[in-house]
Amino acid sequence: MPGFETTSRRAGLSRRKALLAMSAGAAALAMPRLGRAADDGIRIGFPTPLTGPFAAEARDQVKCAELAVKLVNDKGGIAGRKVELLVRDDKLNAGEAATRTLELIEKDKVHAVVGALSSAVQLAVNEVTRARGVIYVSISQSDTINEVKDFSKYTFHEALNPHMTTAAVARQTLKKGMKVAHLVADYAYGHEMLRGFKRAQASIGAESVGEILHPFGAADYSTFMPRLMSMRPDVLCISNFGRDQANAIKQAVDFGIKQQMKIVVPVILHNQRLAVGPDVFEGVVGGANYYWGLETQNKTAAEFNKEFRAANGGAIPTDYGAYGYSGVGSLLQAMQVAGGTDTDKVIAALEGLQYDLTKGPQHYRKCDHQSVQSVLVLESKKKSAMANDNDLFAIVASDPGAEEMLRSCSELGHAT
Amino acid sequence: MDLSLIIMQLFSGIALGAVLVITALGLTIVFGMLGVVNFAHGALFMIGAYAGLYLASLTGSFWWGLVLAPVLVGAFGMLIERVLVRRLYGRSIDDPLLLTFGLSYILVEGVRIVFGSDGIPFPTPSQLVGVVDLGVGFFPKYRLFVIALVAVVLLLLWLMLEKTRVGLIVRAGARDPQIMRVLGVDIGKVWLAIFGLGVGLAALGGVLAGPMRSVNPEMGTLVLAEAFVVTVIGGLGSIVGAVVAGLMVGVCISMVALFAPEMATIVMFALMAAVLLVRPQGLFGLKGRA
Repeated sequence: MPGFETTSRRAGLSRRKALLAMSAGAAALAMPRLGRAADDGIRIGFPTPLTGPFAAEARDQVKCAELAVKLVNDKGGIAGRKVELLVRDDKLNAGEAATRTLELIEKDKVHAVVGALSSAVQLAVNEVTRARGVIYVSISQSDTINEVKDFSKYTFHEALNPHMTTAAVARQTLKKGMKVAHLVADYAYGHEMLRGFKRAQASIGAESVGEILHPFGAADYSTFMPRLMSMRPDVLCISNFGRDQANAIKQAVDFGIKQQMKIVVPVILHNQRLAVGPDVFEGVVGGANYYWGLETQNKTAAEFNKEFRAANGGAIPTDYGAYGYSGVGSLLQAMQVAGGTDTDKVIAALEGLQYDLTKGPQHYRKCDHQSVQSVLVLESKKKSAMANDNDLFAIVASDPGAEEMLRSCSELGHAT
Repeated sequence: MDLSLIIMQLFSGIALGAVLVITALGLTIVFGMLGVVNFAHGALFMIGAYAGLYLASLTGSFWWGLVLAPVLVGAFGMLIERVLVRRLYGRSIDDPLLLTFGLSYILVEGVRIVFGSDGIPFPTPSQLVGVVDLGVGFFPKYRLFVIALVAVVLLLLWLMLEKTRVGLIVRAGARDPQIMRVLGVDIGKVWLAIFGLGVGLAALGGVLAGPMRSVNPEMGTLVLAEAFVVTVIGGLGSIVGAVVAGLMVGVCISMVALFAPEMATIVMFALMAAVLLVRPQGLFGLKGRA
């Protein structure tokens, strides 16, 4: 690995990096024996941003992915082979993710990769897996990954995409003639959400009064607030993720924005709502792939919650956590069907798979490998309406999955 | 463009600058007096926010947290000086830098272990919830309070350094510690106090930032970078420089946010580059320093 020497010299001061390099070297020496010992196992690579502003969501993904693996291993594995999850920290950095993924493929000889949380990082992972012909199940929101430019037969997208999410949220929150302002994180996720909202807006007949792009990972949003207020919108759409969401909403509320307009987000995050408290989020509406409270109306959700609670001391699974479960779970189901890890057989099995792991029936659309699934729209409850500490959201809508929710195969550039 | 909007933007900029000033001040004082580049400054800012939150929930009042956290974290800073940093005086500037760099990792991981890596809500004190009508628009009460508090702290600091005997010793100690020793001043005690003051200011910045941002173990990382930029623009070791540069950066970010919002983070670094080209020692820095 020629890169190692130069990086450790440039950083100069990082003892941690030097140790890391040394341990990587030691691991490489020990590799041949380990490699052979693990040969009959099935290895799934799982890059996710364990450090950085999305860490809370990433850790939930890992817990859920581990649960999916454990449940399969408890039943004897796949064709008698045990499944092993290899978790790697992608540090929310596309370059880091690409390096870790390459390592997983070359050194750890993984049979497939699941994971990534950021839309930009997943595209980097997809570049690597596509070039190496390894199956990748992405569990981060993205529209472009299904478009013909980034797509390959190895690419599967288990998460919701911005188009579906924003359409569902807009349907519940926007009306004809409403004025809408946008605060958007300036990277792939934000851009795609903005595009989705504007498309939904146009079809509903709402009007855009302005959009502000903010730098990714900003800690202070106060400087955007006076201008947003001067636009006098009825609805403010805040399209960002992780701690950016928490900080942006908190500071908008500090400026009294909620008295003037409704705050809407494409994806409302369980962990961020916990991080800033009920008063700040009260009345905020957003989309979600999963909410534990679904258990009262959905048998699969109740079953998933039960398994998760048993494995995690009574805790409940969160939105992005559920992706870890359904992403890994659907892949393992396809491997069961395929009877092993043969890439082409697993791809065929995934394309034909009907799965129901967290919230009702799902399947991968054949042309673009997007998972067709239900979209939830949630509203954050006020403190007095919460039955317990986990009772965060009211379910406003649960739109069942249908191919009509997706952009057509031909629009994405796929042959139909 | 509307004039009232520009005035509002100016206010946001000054409030933003106020927090920058407080954090940069601690960094610059410690460097100016001790020649130590404290890489743990951001982590101590974060520790301050957690300490403030913890003390506020323990006593039931934000105000106790605001007063006690900087004092306790400052005392912790003195402990760090006595046990760790002190051994490295007189050696190359890299040594304390490496030490504090490592320390910052330990502090961040420690907080992750104790409080978890998720953010924790830090509610705005009830007296300061809401907005004030400035005539040109509404502005959060809490941010106005931050501006006022930072002004008071700056005034006290200035009085202490310029008008008291202790301040005289501190200033002389920064110039020539050797002579101070000859004159019978226990310069070690002065350094101890200065390090504690610098860390206390970091902690104060953390408590003040808490109700504006969510509190999480990584909140200091960005702050450290911002504090360094402000210190470099103002001139390493210069207190006046830190104040002027902090406000300048705040207002610059705010004004750029109005016209080219996606550039709001970059502008700070562009400003630093421009200042370094024209005045490598920073606006108020002394030549040959840094």
